[in-house]
Amino acid sequence: MLEIRNLHASVDGHEVLKGINLTVNAGEVHSIMGPNGSGKSTLALVIAGRDTFEVTEGEILFEGKDLLALEPNERACEGIFLAFQYPVEIPGVSSSQFLKSAMNAIRKHRGEDELDAYDFLAIVKEKAKLVNIDDRLLSRAVNEGFSGGEKKRNEIFQMAVLEPKLAILDETDSGLDIDALKVVANGVNRLRGPERAIIVITHYQRMLNHIVPDFVHVLSDGKIVKSGGKELALHLEEEGYSWLKEAPAAHTSAAT
Amino acid sequence: MIQAIETKDSYVALCESAIDARRTAAEPAWLRSIRRGAAERFRALGFPTTRDDEWRYTNVSRIADTPFEIATHNDSSLAFERIERFALTDVTACRLTFVNGRFDAGLSKLDGLPDGVTVCNLAAAMDTHAPLLESHLAQHADCDGQAFVALNTALFEDGAFVHVPKGVVVETPIHVLFATTPQSPAAMTSPRMLIVTEANSRVTIVESYVGLDTGACFTNAVTEIVAGEDSAIDHYKLERENDEAYHIATFQVDHQRGSDVASHCISLGGILVRNDINAFLDGEGCECLLNGLYLADGTQHIDNHLRVDHAKPHCNSREFFKGILAGKGRGIFSGKIMVRKDAQQTDAKQSNKSLLLSPDALVESKPQLEILADDVKCTHGATIGQVNEEQMFYLRTRGLSEDAARTLLVYAFAREIIAGVRIPALRTLLDELVLAKLPQGGSLDVSE
Repeated sequence: MLEIRNLHASVDGHEVLKGINLTVNAGEVHSIMGPNGSGKSTLALVIAGRDTFEVTEGEILFEGKDLLALEPNERACEGIFLAFQYPVEIPGVSSSQFLKSAMNAIRKHRGEDELDAYDFLAIVKEKAKLVNIDDRLLSRAVNEGFSGGEKKRNEIFQMAVLEPKLAILDETDSGLDIDALKVVANGVNRLRGPERAIIVITHYQRMLNHIVPDFVHVLSDGKIVKSGGKELALHLEEEGYSWLKEAPAAHTSAAT
Repeated sequence: MIQAIETKDSYVALCESAIDARRTAAEPAWLRSIRRGAAERFRALGFPTTRDDEWRYTNVSRIADTPFEIATHNDSSLAFERIERFALTDVTACRLTFVNGRFDAGLSKLDGLPDGVTVCNLAAAMDTHAPLLESHLAQHADCDGQAFVALNTALFEDGAFVHVPKGVVVETPIHVLFATTPQSPAAMTSPRMLIVTEANSRVTIVESYVGLDTGACFTNAVTEIVAGEDSAIDHYKLERENDEAYHIATFQVDHQRGSDVASHCISLGGILVRNDINAFLDGEGCECLLNGLYLADGTQHIDNHLRVDHAKPHCNSREFFKGILAGKGRGIFSGKIMVRKDAQQTDAKQSNKSLLLSPDALVESKPQLEILADDVKCTHGATIGQVNEEQMFYLRTRGLSEDAARTLLVYAFAREIIAGVRIPALRTLLDELVLAKLPQGGSLDVSE
């Protein structure tokens, strides 16, 4: 579904991603972990199409299409969704207006009819239940005055409504208490399916207790330095990331 | 310089002939004397120039240089169909319509008002409410230093009069519609309004200016409001002139003790628009809210000039103006808060926010505080910005095209002012009008 090949990206001339290779197939859940500043959020934003980052080398294919040639909204219409680490507040835009615009843009792209008010409300109410979110928030402005936890839950709610093929969750667990974490994880798990892929970016194992990944990758200094199964996350939880610095040395000694 | 004198003289001549004409029309002596005084003031002041501090950013020489004539009124009434879309029939029960400055009874509808409330044209009120008119008409908006007020006072032919007696609550909004049909040669109208509320009364008034066709015209309007003790007035001015119109309007509200006035000033049409909005808080415990929204595109120039004068203690004033500037549009905001020596415990806030949608759009924002009392809370602020890129990106990652995302954000910017409008059907209309002015606005579904 998603194929990232030798991806290099810079911001203000400073290289943040230094050759990422990653393949994600439909039905898989991948987790990307790594220390602060390793490039996790940058990777998420580059996939979503943020133009503050300049891709200097490499390519991203999504279902065989050249993703980098598409506008952010075209990527969304193709089925990519990013749950933001810091969702922005948009005063003056009601959540329902925003969601209806988003759903209809995506439906139009797929050649489907626009939703009428009745069908829209039915979908939204059903999905709101899924993430345990009060559907009265629909009359509020997007994220305005929401608590950190509400903002994160609202991201998962949008994901549930928009039903993407590939969802990228950028530290959706940060700032959530344990109950909210379960609600969010449950919402994500309900969306797991053979035709959908999910990338979970996180610092902590605790999210992965609830959303069990098929693959775990460690990102460090703009590169994936280690990949493995779900047990890799447990290992990281115990060991931290200090082994990253020692790893090259250990490798050398093993070679000699 | 000689030319300036000549152009002013054509207006002075208009004033003279208007005063002569009214002598035969048996206008009361007190009004004739006010008109004569106003004509004198105008002769002495002339049109303001950009050397005048209060007019630094708005050049009215295009008005001064055009020899506008007094608009004539076609005897046969306009068909209602022509004004229907401006009539706000679903918003208001009572409507006074003026066409080219003159009252049109056929297009007006004056039923459904509580007993004792008067809504009529000024000419009729001269007979029925002579003492009230004599004490208030042209007693609040000052001709001194305000050339356009002087010109209107000398020239106005008719206008609207609203009187709400003590303790009466008028539930449904009253709509005063000033419609202009351009004429050849180009003509001017001088609409006038006087609103007087007695103690503990309450009323909502929508004042709208619409241009029915294209073609140069000049509207010079003056509205005076006298807010009686503990009365509440909700006022909306909606300016939808045609795209060649010059529109100058002065709004003067004089607050008596405990009165609460909320006014929204929405400017959408016209090539050159100037709103002078003056509030005089002359009693304790008053509430004054002055909100505004203006959209300028093409080569439109819209200037909002506010002055809030706190003369007595314990009053609150709020001014919140937002402008959206596209194309080569220009938006000017100048807001002065004056707090006099005795006006302790004043709480005054002012804010002006502008959104620039094109590199050629221009905005000038000039907040001013003049505080002579020592126990007051006053704040003012101005921001000028473009559409927020973070918000744009967020919307686009949810599938909205660049245009759709921008339209939604610009609309949201305007929506903050529209949300303050207390008449639901007027909010819906404003949504439509604002969206109609935005590129791609028509495609946005904003149903509440």
